[in-house]
Amino acid sequence: MESTPDTSQYLILGYAVFFIVSAIYLVSLYVRNRSLQRDLETLEGLDAEK
Amino acid sequence: MTPKPVLLKILDYLSIVLLAVATYLALVYAPTEAVMGDVQRVFYFHIGTAWVGLLGFVFAAGLGIAYLVTKDMKWDIVEVAAVEISVVFFFITIVLGSVWARPAWNTWWTWDPRLTTAAVTELIYVAYFMLRAGIDDPERRARFGAVYALLGGLSAPLTFMAIRLFRSIHPVVIGAANENQDKMNMTGDMRVAFFFALFTFTVIFIDMFWNRIRLGQLQDKVEQLKLKVM
Repeated sequence: MESTPDTSQYLILGYAVFFIVSAIYLVSLYVRNRSLQRDLETLEGLDAEK
Repeated sequence: MTPKPVLLKILDYLSIVLLAVATYLALVYAPTEAVMGDVQRVFYFHIGTAWVGLLGFVFAAGLGIAYLVTKDMKWDIVEVAAVEISVVFFFITIVLGSVWARPAWNTWWTWDPRLTTAAVTELIYVAYFMLRAGIDDPERRARFGAVYALLGGLSAPLTFMAIRLFRSIHPVVIGAANENQDKMNMTGDMRVAFFFALFTFTVIFIDMFWNRIRLGQLQDKVEQLKLKVM
């Protein structure tokens, strides 16, 4: 009977890709949100001055 | 921008907890597959991300119809959110599949019908954002985007059915395979990890979708205010 191959390095690679890509996307959502919030505050300030 | 609803905050925390449990089930609870070894555990997240990725693309096609019928920009915001999250999830699906294929098929990539249709689907939706980026008029952008999402939506069921319609080396997980195809047989513990991962990714998709819609609404508000002030 053949033994089970050691493919754990691919497992680690797969889950690392999953968590890294997910983290990058979540950070991008956060950064875009923060940037838009700043823009909104600035524009609301300009609008109030008018 | 309105403060984050309590339900969305709960969904944020629930997603983190479910992801932690799904990771535990996939990496520890599920038994090691005898032929492929540990790399088979990649399959739980591969299917989970594929499920929500394809679901989002089909959903975006429906939202495209909603926009074309009503001409209401809110459907465009929701459509963009669905496509963006699906592109991210489906990219992960393709990479996880490639990582699994290396020890299983002895290659990172092959032009199998499933892999080809998956790559084409992903590229179609990457091009969706390129198309939108090239159109300045919001209404025209929304209209073109809706038609594109509607047509692109056809690629999702085609990708799902590719291993059933064509001769493929990709294993069939759901539904009966023909005699020429590999069928993935799962033990009871593997099924627990598999269905829990499907449930987890559905919740994560809903959570990210809601957050992304809010971002789209904020973007729209900023654009409206820019037009008013400038």
